[in-house]
Amino acid sequence: MNRIPVVAVSIGMATGIYAVSFGALGVTAGLSILETMLLSLLMFSGASQFAFVGVVATGGMAAIATAIASAWLLGVRNGFYALRMAPVLGMPGITKLLSAQLTIDESTAVATSQGNESAERRGFWWTGVSVFVFWNLMTLAGALLGDQIGDPANYGLDSAAAAAFLGLVWPRLSSSKFKLIGLAAFIVALATTSIVPAGIPVLLGALVAALIQYWGKK
Amino acid sequence: MTLAVIAASLAVFSWKFLGYLVPEKYVSNPRFREIADAITVGLLSALIAIQGFTSDSQVTVDSRLPALILAAGLLYLRMPFIVVIASAAALSALIRMFF
Repeated sequence: MNRIPVVAVSIGMATGIYAVSFGALGVTAGLSILETMLLSLLMFSGASQFAFVGVVATGGMAAIATAIASAWLLGVRNGFYALRMAPVLGMPGITKLLSAQLTIDESTAVATSQGNESAERRGFWWTGVSVFVFWNLMTLAGALLGDQIGDPANYGLDSAAAAAFLGLVWPRLSSSKFKLIGLAAFIVALATTSIVPAGIPVLLGALVAALIQYWGKK
Repeated sequence: MTLAVIAASLAVFSWKFLGYLVPEKYVSNPRFREIADAITVGLLSALIAIQGFTSDSQVTVDSRLPALILAAGLLYLRMPFIVVIASAAALSALIRMFF
C-alpha cells in the first residue's frame, strides 16, 4: 500500500552517492562550496551539473560559454519529462515552477511506473522531494570532503571527471545506433580539438549525434 | 563564476518549465525525443574525449587512459558510480606518483 515512500527514499539515498562525487568534483574543479551547492539547488540535474563542472575544470572561465551550453543541452530531456507530467500534475499558474524544478529522471521514472494518475502524482512528489533533499545534503558532504582533501584530489581529478561521463553515458549505449553515435561524437571531438576554440568540439559532438539520428532515420 | 553558475542553472531550468507551458500536441512527434536522446549520447561521448584525451586542446594519451579502462571494467561489473570514479582517480594519481 505505502510502497511509494519506500521506493522514493531508497532512490533518494542511491542518488545521494552520485551527489557526493559531484560535490567533491565541484570544489576540486575550482568552484567554491557555495557555487557547487547552487548547482545542486538551482540546476538540480545530474548530467548537466557534471558537464558544467567538467568543462570548467579543463577550460576555466575561457570555456564558460561552452560549460553553460553543454549543461543546457544535456537538460533537454527534462523538457520531455515535463510534457509527460504536466497533464497528470495539473499545476495551476506559478506553482508550475515547483513541479518544474523537481522534474528529473528519477521522479518521472517512478511516476510513470504507477498504474493510475493519483499514484503517479504521489510517485512524482515523493521521489522528487526525496531526491532533492538527499542530492543537496550529499553534495554539501562531498564539497566539504573535497575541500578537506584539497590538492591530493587534484591529481586524479581529470580522470574522475572523464570516468563520470563514461558512467553517465554507459546505460544509454543500449542500441548499436547509440554506440555508433557515441563513437562518432568521440572521434569528431578529438579530431577538431586543436583547430577550433576550447569547448566547441563538445558542441560539434552533439551536432554530429543529432545529424546521424536525423538522417539515419530516413 | 557565481553568475555563470546561476545563468547555467536558469538555462537548464528553462527546459523543465517550458515542458509545463507548451501544449503536448506541438511536440508529441517521437523524432524530437529520439534526437534529444542522441544529443545526450553525443555530448557525453565528446566530453569523455575532451576530458580524457586532450591537454590544452591537443590530443594527449596519459594516465587517464588506464583510468578510463579501469572505469569501463568496473561499469561492466555494475559497480556503484562512486566506486567507479574514485578508482579511476586513484589509479591516475598512483601512476602520476610513480612515473
